[in-house]
Amino acid sequence: MPSETTDKNTLPTRTTTGRTVQNDEAMLSVRGLKKVYQTDGGPIEAVRNLTFDLRAGELACLVGPSGSGKTTLLKCISGLMAPTEGQVLLDGVEVSGPPKKMAVVFQEYGRSLFPWMRVRENVELPLKNQRVPKDERDRLVNEALEAVGLSHVPKSYPWQLSGGMQQRVAIARAVAYQPEVLLMDEPFAAVDAQTRADLEDLIRTVWKKLGITVLFVTHDIDESVYLGERVIILSSSPTVIQEDLVIDLPAERDQLNTRSLPRFTELRHHVYEQIQLAKAGHRPAAAAK
Amino acid sequence: MKILKSIGYAVGLPAILVLIWAVATAGEANFFVPTPTTLLATFAETWFGDRVVSDVLPSIGRLIIGVTAAIIIGVVAGLLIGSVKWLRDLTEPVLEFFRAVPPPVLVPVLMLLMGITDSMKVVVIISGCIWPVLLNTIEGVRAIDGVLSDSAHTYGISGGARIRYLVLPSASPQIMAGVRQCLSIGLILMVISEMFASSSGLGFTIVQFQRSFAIPEMWSGIVILGLIGVAMSFIFQFTERRILRWYHGLREVENAV
Repeated sequence: MPSETTDKNTLPTRTTTGRTVQNDEAMLSVRGLKKVYQTDGGPIEAVRNLTFDLRAGELACLVGPSGSGKTTLLKCISGLMAPTEGQVLLDGVEVSGPPKKMAVVFQEYGRSLFPWMRVRENVELPLKNQRVPKDERDRLVNEALEAVGLSHVPKSYPWQLSGGMQQRVAIARAVAYQPEVLLMDEPFAAVDAQTRADLEDLIRTVWKKLGITVLFVTHDIDESVYLGERVIILSSSPTVIQEDLVIDLPAERDQLNTRSLPRFTELRHHVYEQIQLAKAGHRPAAAAK
Repeated sequence: MKILKSIGYAVGLPAILVLIWAVATAGEANFFVPTPTTLLATFAETWFGDRVVSDVLPSIGRLIIGVTAAIIIGVVAGLLIGSVKWLRDLTEPVLEFFRAVPPPVLVPVLMLLMGITDSMKVVVIISGCIWPVLLNTIEGVRAIDGVLSDSAHTYGISGGARIRYLVLPSASPQIMAGVRQCLSIGLILMVISEMFASSSGLGFTIVQFQRSFAIPEMWSGIVILGLIGVAMSFIFQFTERRILRWYHGLREVENAV
């Protein structure tokens, strides 16, 4: 492939398998994950073989062509769905159901908040369910609402807010829950471009402030490069890892300057190429078995 | 001003209808159709006395008990059947069968089994009222949004908390639709349960009046039934608007887009 030769010099930190680390360093480990759906028309292999680790405090983006099993992978990681083979470990413990240390933000903000509860009640509910004492709960909810810039609308219903604000509520709910790992499934796919930029910066801010591990699934290449410390590129279905790329952009990012850095363009270009290859059916050597 | 206007709308048509009725019956002496003034006088003397205690209140009491029991049993069973797939598969054909049986035919059977008692009448009301609530609750529970359910699941909301915070509110629009039907069926069955071999109650009294050709009294009984229906409808609407405030707001927003 022509791209491989040119990229070798500029992109030394790329591998065609998922990066793994020593066991005690990993916050989230995905090991040989495979998911086959049994349907009436026969089995469908959504995810073939995925292995990667996330270190504690890492922000990784998972990007892949549409239909590359991103959502399936996320459901397996979050314990909503059992993998056919392989396992997911959270802080060394195998995930068999939704773990306490994990929070998920879904794409469909309109369908992930409880429409019969006000903003504050939505954020508070998971804590109430965990029997967090009232004082502690109030503090966490206030902090979370402030962090996402929604302190002024606690009494509104979610559906009275714009799409971007609804997704902020969902993020506040996740933040208040104090997870160690935050999973996000294309959270900004359904909001307009300007709101999306604001929300991207919000995620970077929240991530830095709380020091949590974030796995951000997206189909948007720019977004993945702008947000991540690392971008995991998935192949087309049945899914394997196409490439695991370190994003060596400065830690302080902003929409205007970061996106106009030459390095940003290079990385974006590279990820784009890989996605195109994935779409064309190219598979990394490791998966050709 | 606004209040006056809405009151005007609410009583306007009834006033016109009564007026037409008064004009149409004026000067005529049809034995079967009383004039408004006769009816009003009869109404007062028939119902503002012992009958309130001996017929009206017991009837309303049985209606309230029957409807309440039907709603509670319907919602609880509906939550259970709607949540458990195998239970749903098991009960669905049977429920369809029982729902298809018109409750009035059960009156003689229940009379034989339970005697002519208050509990027989309540059971008749329950046996008809439960179906819309039960079937709507099952549907409502089944229709819970997958993403919402996943959200609750990832935050560890399960068991009783899931029912309270997710399942019940999510199914509440359908449940309320079932309750609305349940109320009108309840009123019908309250009357029917009293028409057979009874010795008190609104249904019994109205049938008595019919058989003794006490025509204005009979009409006044029918008016009372209508008034009870209107009162029930107002109470329902008031409650529904409070419980489903979020739902109506959500719908408004969705329709506006």
